[in-house]
Amino acid sequence: MTTTTKLKLNLGPQHPSTHGVLRLILELDGEKILSCEPDIGYLHRGMERMAEGLTYVQYLPTVDRIDYLAGFFYSELLCRTVEQALGVSLSERVKTIRVTMLELCRIASHLLWIGAFLMDLGAVSPFFYAMREREMILRYFEKLTGQRMMYNYFVFGGVRKDIDYLYDIEDIINIIPAKLNDYEKIISENPIFIQRTKNKGILEPELAINNSITGVNLRASGINYDLRNSDYLYTDIDFKPIVMSGKDSFTRYKARLEEIRESIKIVKTCITKLKKNSNFEQKLINPLTLKLPDGEFYSEIEAPRGLASVYIKSQEQDKPYRLKWRTGSYYSVNLLRKLLVGEYLNDAIAISGSLDFILPEVDK
Amino acid sequence: MNYLYHLYIEFLTKYGIPKLFGDITFYVLPFCLSAAVLMLVVLFLVLFERKLLGWLTQRKGPNRVGIWGVLQTLADALKLLLKENVTPDKVDKFLFNLAPILVFIPAMTVFCIIPFSAEYTFVNTSTNVILYLVLVAFPMLSLFLGGWASNNKYALMGAARGIAQILSYEIPMTFVVLSVVTLAASMNMTGITLAQYSRNGLLGWFFIPCIIGFLIMFICVLAELNRCPFDLPEAESELICGYNTEYSGMRFALFYLSEYTLLFVNSLFMSIMFFGGYLSPFGVYLSQLLFGDTHLGTVLVYFEQAFWLCLKAFMIIFVIIWIRATLPRLASFDLLKFSWTILIPLAIFNLFIAVFIKYTMGGALCGLS
Repeated sequence: MTTTTKLKLNLGPQHPSTHGVLRLILELDGEKILSCEPDIGYLHRGMERMAEGLTYVQYLPTVDRIDYLAGFFYSELLCRTVEQALGVSLSERVKTIRVTMLELCRIASHLLWIGAFLMDLGAVSPFFYAMREREMILRYFEKLTGQRMMYNYFVFGGVRKDIDYLYDIEDIINIIPAKLNDYEKIISENPIFIQRTKNKGILEPELAINNSITGVNLRASGINYDLRNSDYLYTDIDFKPIVMSGKDSFTRYKARLEEIRESIKIVKTCITKLKKNSNFEQKLINPLTLKLPDGEFYSEIEAPRGLASVYIKSQEQDKPYRLKWRTGSYYSVNLLRKLLVGEYLNDAIAISGSLDFILPEVDK
Repeated sequence: MNYLYHLYIEFLTKYGIPKLFGDITFYVLPFCLSAAVLMLVVLFLVLFERKLLGWLTQRKGPNRVGIWGVLQTLADALKLLLKENVTPDKVDKFLFNLAPILVFIPAMTVFCIIPFSAEYTFVNTSTNVILYLVLVAFPMLSLFLGGWASNNKYALMGAARGIAQILSYEIPMTFVVLSVVTLAASMNMTGITLAQYSRNGLLGWFFIPCIIGFLIMFICVLAELNRCPFDLPEAESELICGYNTEYSGMRFALFYLSEYTLLFVNSLFMSIMFFGGYLSPFGVYLSQLLFGDTHLGTVLVYFEQAFWLCLKAFMIIFVIIWIRATLPRLASFDLLKFSWTILIPLAIFNLFIAVFIKYTMGGALCGLS
């Protein structure tokens, strides 16, 4: 007589392919997943509670750490909220500098994702190739801001210093497209890769909307929703959002690759604008007297991992009364509950990898 | 081995050592030699793989310990030796400790039935191809033992995957070996090697009539060795480390060693099956060309034969590592489907080809005179 019982498997928190400290409680029948329960909070640093005890300028350097792969987006969010609350407008050059930084950061983040995703699928080399390209961007960031990850470059009312070393950026945008063509050869045309990602992890548009999925994952399901269309930084920059209708892991990979190409175009236009207009002027907000008026403030941005937003409730103090972050990864992790059921274990790893979540962003 | 035996006895009697001593030690010596050479080869292989992977992925590979990182493997081995042997609480202690030994012993033993040169085969039985197949499949069972005894879900899953894999890949491999045996009309590895001899060198090798067979065998060997893209039993990003998740220290080192031993031995076996084993690719040995029939020439031929065999094996290993650097991992069900629907029919087809060639051309294969 044989009896079959469900196998309960703890995937994580110290698992090589959960990209941080995610714990998935899986119920397995053989290798088939019956249910999935994400358990988060292992990387909780109290970013929101911390804000209530710090002044805005004290809090600014820490927000880069919400997403260590795309720190610029979060400091941009905080700066933008404060600027909009105080009614400060940015000069043209500062806006262009910020867009350049954000898009370079997006490229770096997507590149790392490509490497990590392929690592999840068991291929070693693409990780190093992607890292090599990302390294160029990080080197540039280090040169400009003094930091590789936690830049603290955007400040309330402008940027810490004028942009420089434009020739480095030109190198980057010249080299990366050629490397992307290499990726197409080694990854996109690889039959094993196609077999493991095509028609795997289908994310229906309704499911995506009902789960508040944003960013590339949503656009790869065929919904044209890119916040950069309405973003005030991107008003006079010409770009087209990448929308694909494949819905599967392969499309999400393709969409990210295309998005890198699109970002490079944006950086290119930014460079020409920066070269044309070298008039660097900004009116920084004095951090010592910085107080937000009474009320609630909200702003949002298209981060690499979906829509990110911040909500600040202020009571005319130098510290926020309440601050809340919304990050894209949080919703992607929640989606695993529905997306993984019925899949096999090794497909599950590939699917969760394709959603591109990172845990510091989830736990905050 | 007769020639070597007489050489050895002659050498001993020259120094007045009784023949009895020679009779006893002669059978121990090759084993010691095999073990020592094997250790060196494995140490070198690990470095070779890491350097090659480094080169393929834009890195330098190990380069700190010793010149060019030569001593890196030695340092790693030393570290593993000095590490504490952790036995988790609820494991089956006996089986847990037995598994690494049962992986290591067959892997070492199989090394002794490989004919390295015309005069050097430590254990030469008339059907050692079958012995080889048994011994090579054995470590996988021991891995299952280890995975089962570890009392760890990841280890168990890895072990189960390993068993499923070996069940489906052993069959096409056996068919391919069968077709080579048919062509050679011998079940002995030396016999198979000699059957591939021709004056035209590599034209007589079996990879020409059996090219499908070679490709199948290559895929099966990748699967048997748990190498990429078939590294499901120890898929790092899924099962952490599969069956050896719980092993540490020396016991892990034994797994590691046997893995590389098997890699080397399998490549040797493939070279013997399809690439003429220890035969020279030019049809004539270089040392014979250089030294003629002198005493030095006859001795050097044996070393040259071993060199050719190892060179062929290392070429195959190079390709295996190259594949590791290039391909992602297969999904487990695709893997089994691939074997049962594609490889096995192809392997049977290959056997038919071999039988047809044998039937129509008899012994006159390609360049064989």
